[in-house]
Amino acid sequence: MDKIQAKLEILADAAKYDVSCSSSGSTRKNKGKGLGDTGSGICHTYTEDGRCVSLLKILMSNICIYDCAYCVTRRSNDIRRTSFSVQEVVDLTINFYRRNYIEGLFLSSGIMKNADYTMERMVLIAKKLRTEHNFNGYIHLKSIPGASADLMHAAGLYADRLSMNIEMPTNEGLKLLAPDKKREDMIVPIRQITNEITQYQDERKVLKKVPTFVPAGQSTQVIVGATGESDRDIMKVASAFYSKFKMKRVYYSGYVPISNDNRLPALGSQVPLLRENRLYQADWLQRFYGFSTDELLPESVPFFDAEIDPKLSWALRNMSIFPLDINTADKSLLLRVPGIGLNSIHKILSGRKFGKLTWDHLKKMGIAMNRARHFITCAGLSEPTKDLTEMQIKGMILAGSSGKFLLNQTQLNIF
Amino acid sequence: MDVLVYDKTFEGFLSAVFYVYEYKLADAHICKEAPGTVMFGRTIQIDTDEAKAKRVLAGLSKKLSHEGLQAIYHAYLADTLQEEDTMLAYIRHALASDHNIEKDYSNFAVLRMQRVDCMVHRERHRMKAFIRFKLTKDNIFYDGIEPDFNVIPLIREHFEKRYADQQWIIYDLRRGFGIYYDLQKVETITITFSEESQGADSILWMDQNEGLYQTLWQQYFKSTNIASRKNMKLHIRHVPKRYWKHLTEKALM
Repeated sequence: MDKIQAKLEILADAAKYDVSCSSSGSTRKNKGKGLGDTGSGICHTYTEDGRCVSLLKILMSNICIYDCAYCVTRRSNDIRRTSFSVQEVVDLTINFYRRNYIEGLFLSSGIMKNADYTMERMVLIAKKLRTEHNFNGYIHLKSIPGASADLMHAAGLYADRLSMNIEMPTNEGLKLLAPDKKREDMIVPIRQITNEITQYQDERKVLKKVPTFVPAGQSTQVIVGATGESDRDIMKVASAFYSKFKMKRVYYSGYVPISNDNRLPALGSQVPLLRENRLYQADWLQRFYGFSTDELLPESVPFFDAEIDPKLSWALRNMSIFPLDINTADKSLLLRVPGIGLNSIHKILSGRKFGKLTWDHLKKMGIAMNRARHFITCAGLSEPTKDLTEMQIKGMILAGSSGKFLLNQTQLNIF
Repeated sequence: MDVLVYDKTFEGFLSAVFYVYEYKLADAHICKEAPGTVMFGRTIQIDTDEAKAKRVLAGLSKKLSHEGLQAIYHAYLADTLQEEDTMLAYIRHALASDHNIEKDYSNFAVLRMQRVDCMVHRERHRMKAFIRFKLTKDNIFYDGIEPDFNVIPLIREHFEKRYADQQWIIYDLRRGFGIYYDLQKVETITITFSEESQGADSILWMDQNEGLYQTLWQQYFKSTNIASRKNMKLHIRHVPKRYWKHLTEKALM
C-alpha cells in the first residue's frame, strides 16, 4: 500500500501541470451491463487551486530521456523517479471509477527508452481497460512525440481523446527550451489522427459498423509566459490548430516556475494567471461569439488589456456600431455586446418575441448591466450618452466592478 | 386569501391546483404545511386525488411541452425553496395563454421558473459528481447524501446506466429514503440505521480494501493540487462547505 501511495504522490504531482480536464464530448455508452458511461462530463471535485478534477490524471512514468527546460520531469532534474506497472494503473482507474471519484483516466508519461516503447505500454493500459474490464468511462491518452503511426492508430481505437502538447507556441521557443523535441514529431501524429477521424466519420455515413475512433477529438496545450511570445502570437497559433487540425480544445497553461534555468522566469516569480485568463476569454470569443484574432488583437495591439476583458476592449475600439436596440438587434451583433453571454442572448431572442424587453427583464436574465448599459438601448434605461469617450466608459465600468484581479496590484504589474 | 395545504406529494400539489380552478380562487397560496395563523382568509386541507392530478397534467400537456411540464416537476423537487406560488402563477399563465409560454421571458413567473429549474439542475449535477461510494462487506457500494433538493429521482437513471455491473445504494439521509440497484433493477428503499452504524462511514461495515482506496484518493486529491495557484474562494464556490462532510477527499482532512 505504501508503495502504491508513494508512486501516486509522485506521478500525480508530475502530471498536474497538464491543464486539460475535460471529460465531455465522447459518445461511448455502456454496453452489455459493463462498467461506465460517458456523456457531458462531470467535475467530481475541485482542488484548492480551484481546478476541476474529473479524471485520474497521472504519468505512467516520470523517467524521461528528454531535457525540456520548462518540464519538471526533465532528465537533468534531480527528482525521485518511479513508474506504475500496467496493472497498477488499471486497478487504480477501476477502483476510483467504481467509487464515483472520477470520469476516467488521463494518462501521460515521460519518455522511457524511446517513443514507441512508452506509447505501446500506454496503449496496453487502455486496451486492458476496454477489453478485460468492459470499461466504458473516459480515456484521454497523451500521445508521445515521435510515436509510430500503427501505435497512434491503436491508441485512437481505445481512447476517447488524444492530445499532443505543443507547449511552445513558436519554433524558436521550442528550439531554445526543448532542444530534443522536433515540431514535426508532434505535428505528424496530430495530422494523422485528424485525417483518420475524418475518414471514420465519412465511413460512418455509408457503413453501419464502424469502430469509434477518438470520439472526443484532439486537444493541445501551450505554455504561456515561459518565453517572449505575445498574446497575438499565441492566439494565431491556437486559431491555426482549431482550423487546420479541427482541435476540440487548445489549453493555455500559465508557466509555473519550476527551475533556476536562466532561460526561464525565475523561481518565485508569479504564475501569469491574468494573462492565462484573458487568453481563455479570447478563445471562447473566437469559438462561440464569432470574433477573429485580428479583431481581438490587431497588429497594433499585440497584448490584451490587463484591466478589462477582450470583448470590452474590442467594443471600446468599435464604439461606432453601438448602442444596439436590445429589442431589434441581430443575434450576430448582440453576441458582441460586453456583459451579454450566450445564455442571455437565447433568453433575449426568445423573450422579445412575446413583448418589449425592459431593463428589469435584462437584469433578471443575469446580464452584467454594469458593462452592457453603455452599449444598448431599451425601455427603463436612459440612452447611453454619446459624448462619453471610450476612456470615460472604461473608467466608469472599472469603478463599478470588482473583478477578481483588480485588487491584486502585484499581479497586474508583471505585464 | 386562501391557503391550500397539500401532503408534500406531486399529486397533492396538482390536486391543489385542481381545487384552485374548481372553485375559481383568485387569490390562493399553496403550501406544504399549514401556516400558524392566516389573517383574512381560510386554510384548506387538500385531499390528494390521483384522478384530479391526472386531469391537471392532461390540461397542462396541451399547453406545455415535455420540458415545460418537467420544469413544474423540478420546481416541486426543489422542496426547500417553497416555490408553489411561482408554480401556480406559471400554470395560470400557461393555461390562460393560447400559445406556448415556456420561453416568454417577459413574464416574471417564467423567468423565476427558469431560475429554479437551473438550481435544481445544478443540485442534480452536484449529486452526480459528489456521490462517494464506499464498498461494504456485503459487496454493495453505498453512499449517504444530504442534497439541498430532492434530486434522487433525477439521478437514478444516470447511476443505473453507469454502474450496471455493481450493486449500489444512494441514500438521502435528509429525506429518509434511497435507491438500491441489485444488478437487475433500481428500487426505492428505506433503511433503519442501527446505533452502531450511526457513524455513517463506520469501519465496521466496510470492505477491507475500502480504507486503502479512500487513502489513495485523498493522496491524489492532495498531489494534483498546484500550491502556487491556490485559490480557496474558487475552491469553495465549486465545493461548498455544506457538502464536505460527505466528501471522502474533504471529510477527513
